[in-house]
Amino acid sequence: MPILSTQLLRLLRTAGVLAGVLVTVFVVARAVPGDPAVNLLGDRATEAELAALRSRLGLDLPLADQLGAYAGSVLDGSLGHSFRDGATVSSHIGAVLPFTVELALAGIVVACLLAFPLGVAAALRRDTLVDGAALLLAMAGVAVPGFWLGPLLIHLVCVRLGWLPDPGAGVLGLRSLVLPALVLGAALAGKLTRMIRASLLDALHAEHVVAARARGLPERRVFLAHVLRNALVPVVTVLGLQLAALLTGAIVAEKVFARPGLGTLLLDAIQARDYPVVQGCVLIIALIYVLVNWAVDGAYRALDPRAAGIPERP
Amino acid sequence: MRNHLPWFAAAFLLVLVLVAAAAPLLAPLRPGDRDLTALLEPPGRGHPLGTDGEGRDLAAQLVHGARTALVVGISTVLLSLAVGVPLGLLSGWLGGPVDLALMGLTEVFFAFPGILLAMLLIFLAESPSTLHVVAALSATGWAGYARLVRGSVLSERARPYVTAARALGVGPLRLLAVHLLPNVAGPLIVQATFGMAAAILAEASLSFLGLGPQDVPSWGAILDQGAALFVASPHVATAAGLAILGTVLSINVLGDALRDRLDPTSEQGGRNA
Repeated sequence: MPILSTQLLRLLRTAGVLAGVLVTVFVVARAVPGDPAVNLLGDRATEAELAALRSRLGLDLPLADQLGAYAGSVLDGSLGHSFRDGATVSSHIGAVLPFTVELALAGIVVACLLAFPLGVAAALRRDTLVDGAALLLAMAGVAVPGFWLGPLLIHLVCVRLGWLPDPGAGVLGLRSLVLPALVLGAALAGKLTRMIRASLLDALHAEHVVAARARGLPERRVFLAHVLRNALVPVVTVLGLQLAALLTGAIVAEKVFARPGLGTLLLDAIQARDYPVVQGCVLIIALIYVLVNWAVDGAYRALDPRAAGIPERP
Repeated sequence: MRNHLPWFAAAFLLVLVLVAAAAPLLAPLRPGDRDLTALLEPPGRGHPLGTDGEGRDLAAQLVHGARTALVVGISTVLLSLAVGVPLGLLSGWLGGPVDLALMGLTEVFFAFPGILLAMLLIFLAESPSTLHVVAALSATGWAGYARLVRGSVLSERARPYVTAARALGVGPLRLLAVHLLPNVAGPLIVQATFGMAAAILAEASLSFLGLGPQDVPSWGAILDQGAALFVASPHVATAAGLAILGTVLSINVLGDALRDRLDPTSEQGGRNA
């Protein structure tokens, strides 16, 4: 029963946060000094044309009514209509979302492939050259800007070596995903490596692990069953918290590799002052972020039964 | 090896600060100067790092970009602290509805990943300046400090020294500022260090996306140009990329060293970090 009410409370909080996000995005977008009608029609438009467009877009209504209309469009799933082509914002987002999700997932896979071997090696060979090198590599991964690593990799791998198609050619598919995923995964891998290492070191010296060794269990089994499982709990949490950085990184990676996606859509909409699309993109990114953190919290509770009864973190 | 790393980092940052401070002396060419007879020149005499696509000296751009990076990094942290610390102190000390409202607010701001809200805010400015960028990055930056301070206040407020100070008749403002704040300062300084690295990286990202300060040279803006020219003129992006990498790496290394000293109980800190 208490677990059920905890879940209900979490759901309510999530809904509250999303409502707050909606209002913030709406207010920020309306505070823009530029007039979207002027932007769409150009400086030469007559005042009558501008007024007609404003009334068609609903920009002449009181702010409260505009917010109401916007909340309605969020609830019916359309997220409003693009100022540029009149199509629903959700159709714009739906068209590019799979590319961003694909990139983000590939980034996570790359990050795990890099971070687990590095983190495990660093923890098992603590305070050796291996450890030092892994930590330095991890720090460099966090500090290297994706918009520098990206062009560098394109230059080396696509142009010099010719191993992968040039992203300028506009080919999509698994081969074109390799470099963007590597750029996106590098930053995440850095943070993840450090977390895995620290978490493994804590688990390696835990009392139950000493006890398992004392019982004569083979080292392999001690590591897999007793160390790794406990070390994974904080790692999963960090993965969830890093999703924010991942989505921001995706915006940069999409620009570097000229890939379609939420980031490209958002940047184009910002340039064109297409409010509804800007609002929609920000809202969807925040929504993904909040929902994933909600799921991560659930995964955390499943991995660590001790956390199940603990109320929300403050 | 690891023990020497923070010293290398500190030395790098010291040089960076000196270079940034002396930018007008080191690079007498004004950064906006254009030499249209020397477009995309590779490094050589006259232009030690070459020129960019508009004939600007890259060394001068880089040196003045260091100023932008440091000014944005430091100002963003200070502004975020100025907003976040008092709110966190209040939230932890008063509790009740104030705490609930303030923490609800931080949660809304946490729902905006990284520089997303900053992008949205900068979108407001027709031609963003350094001030706009600092304000936009601080708009989400304060929330982390507020939460950190609130958590520390909650764990500190029941300590005997707080009770003793109250019993002696110390007022709440003085208690928070003089007695509690110094005791929560360690984790705060560590967090602020990482915050500065994040702000510098965020400014570079914004500039790369065309949303950075338009009034001063920026490493990110150099990279924006350099990325497109990478194949033909790799020198444009190389120095700026290394500058960002070195700066962010150095600050993070220093932050780690500080964490070991000031905040040994933190999750990643202590003997295992």
